[in-house]
Amino acid sequence: MTERYDVAIVGAGPGGLAAARAAASQGARVALIDAQAHAGGQVWRKDIEHGWPRRAQACIPRIVEHPRIHWLAQTQVVHADAGALLLENETQAWRVAYDTLILANGARELLLPFPGWTLPGVTGAGGLQALAKQGWPLHGRRAVIAGSGPLLLAAAVTAKRHGAQVLGIYEQADAASVHRFARGLWRWPGKALQAVSLRGQLAGIPYHCGSVVREALGTDTLQAIEVETPRGSEPLSCDLLAIGFGLVPNIELAQMLGCRLNEAGVHGRVEVDTMQRSSVPGVYAVGELCGIGGRDSAWIEGLIAGHAAVGAKVQARWLRRQRHAREFAESLQHHFKLSTRVRAMARPDTLVCRCEDVPLQALRGHADARSAKLATRCGMGACQGRICGSALAELGIFPRGGSRPPLFPVRLSTLGDPISNPHQGSCS
Amino acid sequence: MKTAGIRIQVDGRSVEVPAGISVAAAMAQLGLPFRRSVGGQRRAPVCGMGACFECRVQIDGIAQRRGCMTTVREGMQVCTDD
Repeated sequence: MTERYDVAIVGAGPGGLAAARAAASQGARVALIDAQAHAGGQVWRKDIEHGWPRRAQACIPRIVEHPRIHWLAQTQVVHADAGALLLENETQAWRVAYDTLILANGARELLLPFPGWTLPGVTGAGGLQALAKQGWPLHGRRAVIAGSGPLLLAAAVTAKRHGAQVLGIYEQADAASVHRFARGLWRWPGKALQAVSLRGQLAGIPYHCGSVVREALGTDTLQAIEVETPRGSEPLSCDLLAIGFGLVPNIELAQMLGCRLNEAGVHGRVEVDTMQRSSVPGVYAVGELCGIGGRDSAWIEGLIAGHAAVGAKVQARWLRRQRHAREFAESLQHHFKLSTRVRAMARPDTLVCRCEDVPLQALRGHADARSAKLATRCGMGACQGRICGSALAELGIFPRGGSRPPLFPVRLSTLGDPISNPHQGSCS
Repeated sequence: MKTAGIRIQVDGRSVEVPAGISVAAAMAQLGLPFRRSVGGQRRAPVCGMGACFECRVQIDGIAQRRGCMTTVREGMQVCTDD
């Protein structure tokens, strides 16, 4: 039989956690679903050595153990339609029906192609953080952090904390822009404090603005990089390069449900009203899905959606906090805008699709993702175009194609369990 | 560091790894290689959060499992290049 909940929440980062707590506090039965083993999402990812960040530790255990919240860890949403989700975990597939759905499935890192980016030793910036926290060995390794945004500082701190020798941070935005961003931080005192704390922990580690990694060098594994700074090009020996260019909303599930997207920017985001309602009745979206804004906007939007979803009163001061948090997001986007140098990193023979090894030159001349896919297999691999599709959109080659079910590679037996048939499937 | 070790098998070889870590981290701690791409290049995990699939391995007979999303478990069988 199908398990039924008043509210199903996809994603257990700050947005999903706040929504779950809010809805459950109003008496709703809640399913909180996440693909990871522990709640927290990426920003509050549990570190196997150091645990959760303090603020996360203070709220997560109580939320996932709440009597009205069913915490479904290591559970992937593979298909969705109005009123139901098809879920899969390690052992089974089953169906969850909901009255209201809150999408809080966050963002992934924007990874952009450049010569050598496929070498082992090159990871995302957030990627290196995530790997370190799950036990990836960093002790004594020489790491370079590069790309763009404040996430680079957090990645450097995590790498250092796990014993890496951080050689430097290379930010693509120019110094003037980064300084303007820092000077405006007084409007968000929490963020300003965080920035000061991160910088304090990184004392002695050089932070270079206006710098782009030109190439990662090595055979079978990373040995060095070539980085272009305002002072010229320089080679740098290293074992790890953690490089990320910001975040991209994970809109695939929202897209499958038919939620209207705002496609004004390069990467789509879910359009919502002040109560976090999407264009599809009964479907809400919060946090990074609605545009990259970080932990604070996710948390407050989860609080708003969790109340609105069960018909409870949404307080005016939450809406004010939400707007304030979103203004930070705008400042972030503005000051860390990617320069044209970043879009020119890939050479004609640089692989863009890592799953199918498709070089940039094979993709020129195709008007859209579908045409490129049919001719070159670009985007046809296991990641389903999550990496290359977002990269190609950012490079201005063609926009990312729409997503089709299943949302992730699934077992054949899962597909034999049609979501539309409420009499099939079992429950954990 | 975690002290409690558990045993898993990677490509038929029995190895001891700390409990609680991911399969991807376990392979890195052991210095084992990940998959080869369709063009024959060596690859390793990139995103660490289940999006890029570069860490995919066969786990307990099921192909294309993400090593970064799976916690090691006593007796687990991992095969690379699935």
